[in-house]
Amino acid sequence: MAECYWQKEIETASREQIREWQSERLVKTVKHVYDNVELYRKRMDEAGVKPEDIKSVDDLKKLPFTYKQDLRDAYPYGLFAVPMSEVLRLHASSGTTGKQIVVGYTKHDLEVWDDIAARQLYAVGADENDFIHVSYGYGLFTGGFGLHGGAGRIGATAIPVSSGNTDRQITILQDFGSTVLCCTPSYAMYIAEQIKAKGIDPKTLPLKAGIFGAEPWTEEMRRQIEEMLDIKAYDVYGLTEIMGPCVSYECSEQKGMHVNEDHFIIETINPETGEVLPQGEQGELVFTCITKECCPFIRYRTRDIGIINTEPCECGRTFVRMSKPMGRSDDMMIIRGVNVFPSQIETVLLRQGYLPNYKIIVDRVNNTDTLEVQVEMTEDMFSDTVTKVKEYEKALESELRSLLGIGADVKLVAPNSIERSMGKAVRVVDKRKLIGG
Amino acid sequence: MSIRQISVFVENKKGSLVKITDALSRESIDLRAMSIADTQDFGILRLIVSDTDKAVEVLRKENCIVSVNEVVGVRLRNEPGALGAVVSLLSDKDINIEYMYAFNGATPHHAYLVLRVDDNDKVAEILLAAGIKCITEEQASEI
Repeated sequence: MAECYWQKEIETASREQIREWQSERLVKTVKHVYDNVELYRKRMDEAGVKPEDIKSVDDLKKLPFTYKQDLRDAYPYGLFAVPMSEVLRLHASSGTTGKQIVVGYTKHDLEVWDDIAARQLYAVGADENDFIHVSYGYGLFTGGFGLHGGAGRIGATAIPVSSGNTDRQITILQDFGSTVLCCTPSYAMYIAEQIKAKGIDPKTLPLKAGIFGAEPWTEEMRRQIEEMLDIKAYDVYGLTEIMGPCVSYECSEQKGMHVNEDHFIIETINPETGEVLPQGEQGELVFTCITKECCPFIRYRTRDIGIINTEPCECGRTFVRMSKPMGRSDDMMIIRGVNVFPSQIETVLLRQGYLPNYKIIVDRVNNTDTLEVQVEMTEDMFSDTVTKVKEYEKALESELRSLLGIGADVKLVAPNSIERSMGKAVRVVDKRKLIGG
Repeated sequence: MSIRQISVFVENKKGSLVKITDALSRESIDLRAMSIADTQDFGILRLIVSDTDKAVEVLRKENCIVSVNEVVGVRLRNEPGALGAVVSLLSDKDINIEYMYAFNGATPHHAYLVLRVDDNDKVAEILLAAGIKCITEEQASEI
């Protein structure tokens, strides 16, 4: 497939050019937040940094971090850098814990968002002839409107299905000619299962690609979705605080997501010390918005753990790539002193031939942490003899043990007994938090 | 000579079996024989039914995990020592039985045995040589 760029001169600009844009825009943005947002003025004054001290991207590390808690404390509009008359739209994060966080967008911010979503759509081979089936939720969540805006920008036909009602999703996939599906990977998996259950041959659907993000997923799950839906599955990254989906986007190479570096600067840091890590080392991803007007957060701590790859990409784009995040550092569980990410467990399940329908239950019995992994039985892993089924189960337990470094009890459960998610999947039940928490 | 057996994954949870028996009875599928192997957290329900293909279709529609494999069906005289004869015969020939279960036929003179072994044809041959008859799937469905 010939590589398609939405904004070729930007997406393939020289590294020097990108650096120049970044420096120039960072300087401007820092002045903008210093002048207009009390928190930034206060933090920078405390740190002894003046806007004049920021002359290029090299000075970025002098600036204080912005945390999710800052957005909660400033709820709803305390960090907005423009008057409300310039704010065209508000979005808010689902906020599973604590207060919601609210972000605003000016006309210019929305245009930037449409452009980066358009880059994502072009990168997966979509254009004005495509039908973009958006099953991310529409509403305060950024997922739906983000991809919808991109579809409008490239002149494609947007199908704003939103999330839920899987039967209707499938009817629309069959009847409306959807060619690109956008939703969370766990929902894509669920749709794929239901298509299979209905006996529909995915080859009869016009669907050719999927843009799946908003939650961590694994390469194994990607392959499974690609096989079950007969499509190419692409990863997309974003977060409400920075923009929404498409902060970084995957190209046809499917080897990491290009960060829209003309709009955002990415860093990886040591989450404990805040120290900037050399590119290529795994750490917490930190983003700085350099073109936004309403909410240009500086050095925002995402809590996502990932790696930056500066190797040139075959697709010709010069933006650095970030790895699929291993999971939010918030998702990390500490079990018997060992760090465990749900994504590690998912990798093992898929490698062993199970489906990514699982639930992780962490508990504490007699002062010892216990880890139970409930996983749905599949026909491939089933047999008429107990010996064989136990053999598969043992193989799974032993790979979990060797990968995680701690033992897990596997519990095989009936198909469809683990609750499906239409949005972000809830994988972990940590009962320890309920005790004396 | 072998007959097809359906195995169904049964989670160790209230109502798991009811779902299966209800689905089969709705479709008028008759159970010829059954057994359950249970472990701590799940069971394997094994069935010989009147219509295997239909039963598999019905169970899959109910989202059950189903596996079909071939087992040996043996017809025995319903009298003391008949089972012992089969078991010792196979043991003498070094045949390992993974599992087995028995059921009575409609007539009082015969009992039936389902054997799960590695090589069905070989076992049928050994039994036949000793005058013990194996049954076909058709015969099993008519019992």
